[in-house]
Amino acid sequence: MKHTSLGEWLLYGAICAYLLLIYLLPSQAWLGFTINALIVTILSVAWNLLGGFGGQMSFGHAALFGTGAYVTAILQVKLGVNPWLAAGLAVVAATLVAGFIGALSFRYGLRGSYFALVTLAFAEVLRILASSFAFTGGGQGILVPYKAGLANFQFADRITTYTLVLVMVAVAMLITVAVQRSRFGAYLIAIRENEEAAKALGIDTFRTKVLAMMLSGAIGGAAGVAYLQTYLFIDAPIAYGSTMSIEALLGPIIGGAGTIWGPVVGTLSLHLLGEGAKHLVSGAPGLNLVLYGVLLLVILRYLPDGIVGFARGIGRTGQAAAVSVKEAQ
Amino acid sequence: MSSLILPAILGGLTTGAIYALIALGLTLIYGVLHIINFAHGSLLMLALYGVYFLHLFFGLDPYLAIPIVVPLFFLLGYGIQRGIIAPFSGGKEQNVLLVTLALSMIIDNLALYFWTSNTRTISLPYAYEMVEIGPAFIPLPRVIAFFASMLCALILWLVISRTRIGKAIRAVAVERRGAELVGIDVQNTYAVCFGIGTACVAVAACLLIPTFYVTPQVGYAFVLIAFTTVVLGGMGSFLGALVSGLLLGVIEALCGLFLGESLGQIGIFLAFILILLFRPSGLFGRRAA
Amino acid sequence: MLTVENVTKRYGGLVAVNDASLKVQEGRIVALIGPNGAGKTTLFAMIGGFVRPDMGEIRFRDQDITGHAPHAICRLGLTRTFQIVQPFAGLSVLENIAVGAHLRHKSRADALERAAMIGEQVGMGRMLEQSAQSLTVAGRKRLELARALATEAKLLLLDEVMAGLIPSEIVEIVATIRKIRDSGVTILLIEHVMQAVMSLSEEAYVLNQGRMIAHGTPQQLVADPTVIEAYLGHGAADRLQQEGAHA
Repeated sequence: MKHTSLGEWLLYGAICAYLLLIYLLPSQAWLGFTINALIVTILSVAWNLLGGFGGQMSFGHAALFGTGAYVTAILQVKLGVNPWLAAGLAVVAATLVAGFIGALSFRYGLRGSYFALVTLAFAEVLRILASSFAFTGGGQGILVPYKAGLANFQFADRITTYTLVLVMVAVAMLITVAVQRSRFGAYLIAIRENEEAAKALGIDTFRTKVLAMMLSGAIGGAAGVAYLQTYLFIDAPIAYGSTMSIEALLGPIIGGAGTIWGPVVGTLSLHLLGEGAKHLVSGAPGLNLVLYGVLLLVILRYLPDGIVGFARGIGRTGQAAAVSVKEAQ
Repeated sequence: MSSLILPAILGGLTTGAIYALIALGLTLIYGVLHIINFAHGSLLMLALYGVYFLHLFFGLDPYLAIPIVVPLFFLLGYGIQRGIIAPFSGGKEQNVLLVTLALSMIIDNLALYFWTSNTRTISLPYAYEMVEIGPAFIPLPRVIAFFASMLCALILWLVISRTRIGKAIRAVAVERRGAELVGIDVQNTYAVCFGIGTACVAVAACLLIPTFYVTPQVGYAFVLIAFTTVVLGGMGSFLGALVSGLLLGVIEALCGLFLGESLGQIGIFLAFILILLFRPSGLFGRRAA
Repeated sequence: MLTVENVTKRYGGLVAVNDASLKVQEGRIVALIGPNGAGKTTLFAMIGGFVRPDMGEIRFRDQDITGHAPHAICRLGLTRTFQIVQPFAGLSVLENIAVGAHLRHKSRADALERAAMIGEQVGMGRMLEQSAQSLTVAGRKRLELARALATEAKLLLLDEVMAGLIPSEIVEIVATIRKIRDSGVTILLIEHVMQAVMSLSEEAYVLNQGRMIAHGTPQQLVADPTVIEAYLGHGAADRLQQEGAHA
C-alpha cells in the first residue's frame, strides 16, 4: 500500500506540534483562535467523508452543522433537557436531516453540480425557517445561559474546551480511518471513481451514498454541538449561512480531498493564513475570505491533490519513487 | 385579502422580469459552456456598485448608465472566462464550480473591504411615481424594469437566432467538437457567451438600483434565485428562464403576502428543491442524459 | 441457468431489442453475435438490470430478475462487464479487483487477498500495484474481467472483452476465459472477433436489428444464409454461393 512519505511526516508532525504547543503556551488569543479552527475542522472532516471519499460534493453542509447547534440549544433552553442528552439528540437529529436530504437527492439521481445546488438550497430553506420562528429565537437567535460545570457541558477554562474539541477532531479522524479500511469505504471510493462500474459489481450505490451522508451528518452535527457549547449562542446566519458550508468544503479541497489529514491540514492552514492576514491589515473584514478564494484558485490550478498530495511527493522512499515513475509512463 | 392578490401578482411580475433577465445570462452560460457560474451574483453586485458610483460621482441617471456599464461588463465577463475560468479549472466540471465559487468569494469580500457592509441606495425624483394598472399601483421604475427586461430578452433572442456569432454560439452549444472542426473558435465563443451573460446582469443592475439597494452580500441572494430560475426553466432553455423568472417573482410575492415578508423567499427555494428532485430537466428543458 | 423470454426495449420510435429470447445452460460458453447496432449491448444492459425492458421476462437460476436493480442481480451471482471499460481510474489494479471481491468478503484483508489471487488467475500478477489509469487497452480489458470474476459470479456477461486486442493477446484471453469456465463459471459473451467465437463457444445466438435471427453451433451459423445476409447485406448469401459454384 501507499507509504507515508517524509514530506507527510513533516507536515503531520508540524500540525501535532502546533496543537501540543497550545498546552505549553496557553495564550488566550491563540487558544480561542485554535478552538474555532478545530470546530470548523470537525465539519471539514464530515464533508470529506462524503465529498472527498464519496465524490458527492455538498455546498450545504451548514444544514448539518446548524441542525446540530440549534437542536442542542432548543432542547436545553426551551425544553430544559440535560445538555449532554441534548447534545446526543442533536447528533441524531443532524444524522436524520442528512439522511433525508441524501435520500431525496440520491433517489432522483442528482450528481455533480445538481447535488451541490440542492444541498445549498436545503441549507438556505433551513436558514430562512430558523430566522422566522419564535421557536428558534427568530432573528435574535438563542443564547444559552452560562453555567459552567461538567454537568452542563460548559467549561470555565478554555483549555478544557480546547481538549474537548481536539478529542472530537481525533475521533472524527479515527472514524475516517475506520471507514477507509472497511468495505463501506472501498464501496464509497468505488462510487466516486465510477458509479456505473460500482453498480455492476454489486454495490448498492444509493444505500452507500445515503449512509455516507448520514455519517457525515452525525459528525457535522457534532461540530454544531461543539460550536454551541463553546460560544453558547447560535443564530440563523451562523448556523445555516453559506460561510459555514463553504468553509466545510474549502479545508478538504485545499488540504487534499479524500485523505485522512486533508481536512485538518487544509482548515488549519486556511485559518492560520486568515489570522495572519487579519494582523497584517488590522481587522479588515472579509480579507481572510479573499485570501481563501485566491488560495482555492491556486490549489485547483497547481496542486490538484491539495497540500497533502504535495507533501506526498516530497522525500519518498526510493521504491515508492520508482513506482511513481512507472505510473507516470 | 383578495384585493391584495392582484397587486401582489403584478408586483411579482415586475420583480420576476428582473430575475428572468439575470437568469437569461446564467442559462446562456450554462447552455453553451455547461458550467454553473457561482460568481453570477457577485458580478451583479459589482454592476450595482458601478451604477451606484456613476450616479454618486457624475450624477448619471441609472438608465443612461446602460450604454456605459453594459459594454464594460461584457469585456469583464469575456476576460474572466478567458483569463481565469478556462485556465484555472482545467476543464473539469466540478472544478469550474469551485473556480467560480472562489471568484465570488474574492469579489464579494473585496467589495466588503473597500465599500464596507453599509447598505447604499440612490434617490431619484421619479422613483416613487406610481403607475396605476387596474387595482394596483406599481412604482414607475418597476414598470420600466419589466418592459426593459422583456426588450432585452427579445434582443438577446435575436442575437442568438439571427447573427453570425449567435449561430456560432448555437453550434458550440450543440456540438463542441463539430463546431471546432468547421473552424469556429470555441474558446472565443465561450468567452463571448460569458461576456453576454455578464452584460445581462449589468442591464439588470441598472434596472434594479432605482428601487433597490446594494451591499456586498446582495449577489448571494440573487445567485440562488437565478439558479432556481434556470433549473426551473430547464438548464440552457431561453424561454424557460423567461417564464420561470416571472413565475418565481409571482411565487415570492404570494408567499410574502400569505406567509409574511420574511418567508417570501422560502417559496422560491421549495420550488427549487421540488424541481431538482422531481423534474431536474426543468419545465422547458430536454431530458438530461 | 439464464432464460430471456420475449424481451423488448424501445427508445422512442426505435426498437432496440424486439421480442428476443435466449437460454444459457449451466457450464457453457455461449456467444451473442450480430452486426453493429443489433441491440446486443442493450440486451446485456437489460439482463444486468441497467435498463428495464418494456416487455418480456428474464429469469436467472429460476428466479425472476426482470427490472431488478443491478446490484441486486450481481448479488444473485450474475455480473456483467462493460464494452467501454469502466475502471476505477484512481485506484490500483489490486484495489479495483478488491471492490469486486468485497461482495463476498466483508473484511478488507480477505478481499485484498482474494483480489491478489484473482489477479494472478487472469495473468495480472505483476501489475497489481500499478494504477488502473496506466494500463494498456489489453490490461484494462483484463481488469474488467478480473473485477467481475472477483464477485464470484455464477454467470459472467462479457461485453467485447477482446475488441481492440492484438492476436497474441486474444489467444491469451481466450485461454483465460476457458480456464474460468472450467472452474465452474458459466459465460455469455458478446464478441466481434469471430475467430474467438468459433474456438471458444459451443453455442451462439445471432441478433440483427433487435431480433434474434438464428441459434446454433458457431459452425452451423457461419453457413446459415440468414446470418450471412445480416452481416453482409441482402443477397450476399446467393452471391457467395454462386461464386463458390464458379470456383
